Amino acid sequence: MSFVVPKESFNGKVLAVDFGKDDKALAIGGETCLPFLSFEGEIPHKPVIAYEIQDCVPDDWPDTVKNVYKDVSGNPVTWAKYCQNELKAKAIALRLSSTHPDRGDRSAEDAAKTVKDVLAAIQVPLIILGSNHIEKDASVLVASAQAASGSNCIIGKAQEGNYKTIVAAALAHNHKLIAMSELDINLAKQLNILITQMGFDKAKLITDPMCAALGYGLEYTYSVMERIRLAGLAQNDPTMQPPIVGDVGMYVWKIKETVASETDVPDWGALEERGIAWETVTATSMILAGTNLLIMRHPKAVENVEKTINELV
Amino acid sequence: MIIIGEKISVIAKKVREAMNSRDPKPIQELALAQWKAGAHFIDVNIGPAEENGEDLMKWMVESIQQVVQAPLCLDTTNTSALEAGLKAHNNAWGKPLINSTSNEPDRFAMLELAAKYNALCIALTLGKGSLPADAEERCGIAAEIMARAAEYGVPMEDLYLDPLILQVCTMQDQTRHAIKAVKMFQELNDPPMKTIVGLSNVSNGVPKEMRSLIDRVYLSLLMYEGLTAAIANPLDRDLMNVVKTTDLFLGNTLYAHSYLEM
Repeated sequence: MSFVVPKESFNGKVLAVDFGKDDKALAIGGETCLPFLSFEGEIPHKPVIAYEIQDCVPDDWPDTVKNVYKDVSGNPVTWAKYCQNELKAKAIALRLSSTHPDRGDRSAEDAAKTVKDVLAAIQVPLIILGSNHIEKDASVLVASAQAASGSNCIIGKAQEGNYKTIVAAALAHNHKLIAMSELDINLAKQLNILITQMGFDKAKLITDPMCAALGYGLEYTYSVMERIRLAGLAQNDPTMQPPIVGDVGMYVWKIKETVASETDVPDWGALEERGIAWETVTATSMILAGTNLLIMRHPKAVENVEKTINELV
Repeated sequence: MIIIGEKISVIAKKVREAMNSRDPKPIQELALAQWKAGAHFIDVNIGPAEENGEDLMKWMVESIQQVVQAPLCLDTTNTSALEAGLKAHNNAWGKPLINSTSNEPDRFAMLELAAKYNALCIALTLGKGSLPADAEERCGIAAEIMARAAEYGVPMEDLYLDPLILQVCTMQDQTRHAIKAVKMFQELNDPPMKTIVGLSNVSNGVPKEMRSLIDRVYLSLLMYEGLTAAIANPLDRDLMNVVKTTDLFLGNTLYAHSYLEM
């Protein structure tokens, strides 16, 4: 008797979400099986990696990743063009960091102008992220959503404390939306319920269960992502079927393993290599847990993860 | 947990009158209300329907599926009416469920129809003669029906074993036997057999104000033993809340503060 591979099939399906316009538009999600187990179901879309850029010089990034962009990061438009044209980014995530009250407190109108300028300069899809300040994000993302009206962007992140205004803006200007909760699957489900109860289509939603870097709680992120996938597929829970985003770069490029110099910790090896490896391993773990969209910083790490994705698909 | 909405029944005066006058509105309203309340199937009980049974069932199926995108549970002892219903049924929203076969020879035809129309089928563990005494006797009948279903070509996963729920007010012991039977039925096959009950039978004859309480507590116990489906009243909000809450405890659904609204 020949060996028959045991197969698991599910009733549920991850929702497919498209973003961007024309021939550069992308789609994520849509799978009917666990990550990369294509012999058990359909995986119509590969995970996508977006390059993170910011609306100000990234002073808080360590040199190893800041230096990659030193000639372009003075202006978000040149930075975005560099990612698209030189690094061949498939998508760009613009983080409006300087709107944070502690980091410049730039106005929502300023942010909207940046969004418009960046959109005018690139053809690849844009993800628009606030500064992760609950109150400020509400006004910044509303103005940005309007500035990007018609561009089918992803905006975020809507959280428990500010989702109402951000959801309304995404609805009004027809964008996709990231809903973020803090490492708790039940709160992730609850937020998705509240958002869809406002009339927002669950097929336009992306779940951010919150990231963590390797060594700093990655296993919690991994577990929550995995359980979200299983709830969506095995329990056919419609609130847990949106694709998942992993905002990897911001969690990786601040921990001591990516920052501590070779003089301080000679045993840890070359700093740049270490940082790239850390972002690579963290991001790779997330795609194995079910992440559909990654937001990353270092081009070498992006290259590594894309290679892995192409080998696994 | 699969809920089969029981409200469209010839026993209800309003439904019976609508059936007789072929007025689709009251029936469609009941179907829609049950579907919106979370019913996965809508039961269509036309009784023995000796006159114009085929025409009646066809009209019922078409009228209901005009307004709800759900499969139906076709409930009649009249096999030609049943066949007319199966022909008219729109399978795009799921296979229809036949209610029901049993160990009585005049109910064997239901299995033939289930195979012919690729339908699901309820198997009441009731033979000729007296009621089954306990869970073991129910299992014996179930095994006979399963063997017959296999002969007719009905897959085991399409068969829903029904232990026959009896009234708590007159046959209290039987309510316990039925719970045990639900547990034992599952062991008759691998993967486990599916199980179903006609829930409200348990509270037949008890004072009206206690029926909902008795139904929902009993359902929770049956669910704990692995019950797959219940023919019940989805318009009973307390009952539906107990179903949702029990599903949480059994790990069938994921908790969120708004879980009752889902």
